[in-house]
Amino acid sequence: MAQQIALECRNITKTFGKVYANKNCNLDVRKGEILAILGENGSGKTTLMNMVAGIYFPDEGQIFVDGKEVVIKSPKDAFRYKIGMIHQHFKLVDVFSATENITLGINEGKYKLSEVKRKVVEITQRYGFVIDPDKHIYDMAVSEKQTVEILKVLYRGADILILDEPTAVLTPQETEKLFNVLRRMREDGKSIVIITHKMHEVLSISDRVAILRKGEHVATVNTSETNEAELTELMMGKKVDLNIQRSEPKNCVDRLTVKNVTSVDENGRKVLDNVSFTAKSGEILGIAGIAGSGQRELLESIAGLHHLASGEIVYLDPKTGEEENLRDKTPIQIRDLGVRLSFVPEDRLGMGLVGNMDIIDNMMLRSYQKGKSAFLQRKEPKDLAEHIIKELEVSTPGATTPVRQLSGGNVQKVLVGREIASAPSVLMAAYPVRGLDVNASYTIYNLLNQQKENGVAVIFVGEDLDVLIELCDRILVINSGKVTGLVDGRTAKKDDIGFMMTMSTENDSEEA
Amino acid sequence: MSPIVSFIVSAIGLGMTLLYGSTGETLTEKSGHLNLGIPGVMCVGAACGCFAESVYFAAVGIKGTIPVLAVLIPMLATILGGALCGLIFSFLTVTLRANQNVTGLALTTFGVGVSEYIIAQADVVGPFVRGNKYFKASLPFADDLGWFGEIFLSHGILIYLSIAVALAVTFFLNRTRVGLNLRAVGENPATADAAGINVSLYRYLATCIGCGIAGLGGLTFIMDYLNGTWEYMIDDLGWLAVALVIFTVWKPNLGIIGSFIFGALYVASSFFAKYGISLSDQELFKMLPYLVTIIVLIITSARSRKKNQPPAALGLPYFREER
Repeated sequence: MAQQIALECRNITKTFGKVYANKNCNLDVRKGEILAILGENGSGKTTLMNMVAGIYFPDEGQIFVDGKEVVIKSPKDAFRYKIGMIHQHFKLVDVFSATENITLGINEGKYKLSEVKRKVVEITQRYGFVIDPDKHIYDMAVSEKQTVEILKVLYRGADILILDEPTAVLTPQETEKLFNVLRRMREDGKSIVIITHKMHEVLSISDRVAILRKGEHVATVNTSETNEAELTELMMGKKVDLNIQRSEPKNCVDRLTVKNVTSVDENGRKVLDNVSFTAKSGEILGIAGIAGSGQRELLESIAGLHHLASGEIVYLDPKTGEEENLRDKTPIQIRDLGVRLSFVPEDRLGMGLVGNMDIIDNMMLRSYQKGKSAFLQRKEPKDLAEHIIKELEVSTPGATTPVRQLSGGNVQKVLVGREIASAPSVLMAAYPVRGLDVNASYTIYNLLNQQKENGVAVIFVGEDLDVLIELCDRILVINSGKVTGLVDGRTAKKDDIGFMMTMSTENDSEEA
Repeated sequence: MSPIVSFIVSAIGLGMTLLYGSTGETLTEKSGHLNLGIPGVMCVGAACGCFAESVYFAAVGIKGTIPVLAVLIPMLATILGGALCGLIFSFLTVTLRANQNVTGLALTTFGVGVSEYIIAQADVVGPFVRGNKYFKASLPFADDLGWFGEIFLSHGILIYLSIAVALAVTFFLNRTRVGLNLRAVGENPATADAAGINVSLYRYLATCIGCGIAGLGGLTFIMDYLNGTWEYMIDDLGWLAVALVIFTVWKPNLGIIGSFIFGALYVASSFFAKYGISLSDQELFKMLPYLVTIIVLIITSARSRKKNQPPAALGLPYFREER
């Protein structure tokens, strides 16, 4: 394969404070190939690519484009060398239309939106995108937003496209569509770099895989000559067992029954539409659905944070054996019954933790009411914080570090750790592994499994269908606030779930 | 002049003072800067204009005064004075990363004080009250057209300019590439930055130009509305201008109507004074503009239409490498 090199990074080093984000990193991207960059959280994948895209500036090292050394100080410089990056968090202006977003920051003579629109349509036809150029971003589904992001860089004539975890927010069907577009771009001679930690995607789309570990480049291998086990070993630096140990559910009794729950948002739209299901003790109930299908509202309803229009939620107290209707209770009463929500919404810090407070204080948020004296008891939360740091391998300078300064993965460990420590009888976890690397994810999965074996009813909202199928005993599929299926995790097929997630939503998201 | 017509004329006069302030503040807020220093900026702008007028009159005497210069020199000084305040605000918030609210409030207090000092200095140099004659020069045939002439043609140059500026800023924001970029900076600076837009530069410029425009409001109040006499109440109007920005949901063209309504509500007290409303009750009228603003805020946030919301990044700092 004597392909030309499009982009080369040589001995790139970048530090944040005293921490090395990248250390002597070497990487090359060929013309007309799809290169996957694989690595754990904090292995420096995104930082490295941010330097190529001009978001950060490397402390040391050189970057070459088409064999010539270049200095990329800002995103503008990156565009000049035809490098475009699609960030994990979309960089779009909500109140602008797709076209306005695409032309933003480009100076090409006269300002005429109709002309921009014509060119955008041309690009969409060439690569097979489906998008309405006049639609405003706030009206768009996630996959549409991503399309706009990709169009943005193509419009600027990028030859090297960098995608940072593009599939994290997509359904399997949308992912497949994206991959088809990427393949078409590859045929067109463009170089594509895709950052991901989903192994099966790496294997299905990429030509080569570059593996980063702790900021250093470990190896680059041809995808056709490798396998999952080898990649994982390279990534972790050791062999790891990537199987979730799913035990058979034991002593299942109904713990939580959700009956015909309906809820409307402030615009009068039904976010939950006649949802019914039962969560049993000793099993993990998975909830699958496209982001924003009502998962958040459902969990919040159970926790008493979301107002219901109709329906009821019945909790069977294992201690007393009595039925309690959660609908009439305050969030604190619900919590005291043992129903715990470890909610990790889109903005990592989420609803569970206060960013500016340290780990101990965040532990205290759950226990401050227990003390009898007028003063706070710091001993217990401190012990708990230290216990969590040790058990879950939270990497932090100490228990008194503000949570905001921890990386996303560590924030999640603190949150999940705290909720589990309170010995719940129902544990709800939404996206607990979002943004976590393989190792940390499996720590969380094992924690959930332990809870299940202890007889807790676990409700797990996930986005990775492979994981849902491997981890959960039953999977509830919701779609635009409606339940569209309930399948057995042991026999479920990914495609079936994906279909149920999307089947009747054409009206709402216009993705088909 | 009938009472109704004179009411409308003075509503326009006061309203257009506010229009400068709100147009300037809208431009600034579109960049994501919440500049609560606008009242101070208007004071400083007015004082600088008056000072420049004093200096000019002292230099050329009555006979040597060229009308065009007697208008342009104070205007230029006002714009520069206002822009300087904007520079202080931007330097503190963008470069030194100070909190915008605190900086703005400090700038208001600072501006009120500084303007008093500048005016004291102007009085030492000489009177500026004569400038009023040039600023209020209206079309010669306005007097012949009855109420129509009174309402539409009898005003000084600054009144018409305020409307032109509001329309120009509207066009700039909605129909130009730089305007699009500016809105992007105020909505989502990280996105604008990634698109290669210099966020700091846009914020500096929008703030300085916005403050320059706002300063003209102060000058309009002194030279046009108060006929060239200084009064320490410009900062009152500054707060009204800030409220007006919200009232007009960040649209300078709506500001033209909005400022007239605010102006009318503000002068309503003196209008009703003629009909036997006591001085103490008149004060009630002065709260009307704020009351209306609160109602508009309630309506816009209840409807929560994306198009009528403040710039998403309003009041938020932006530093590229901060997570």
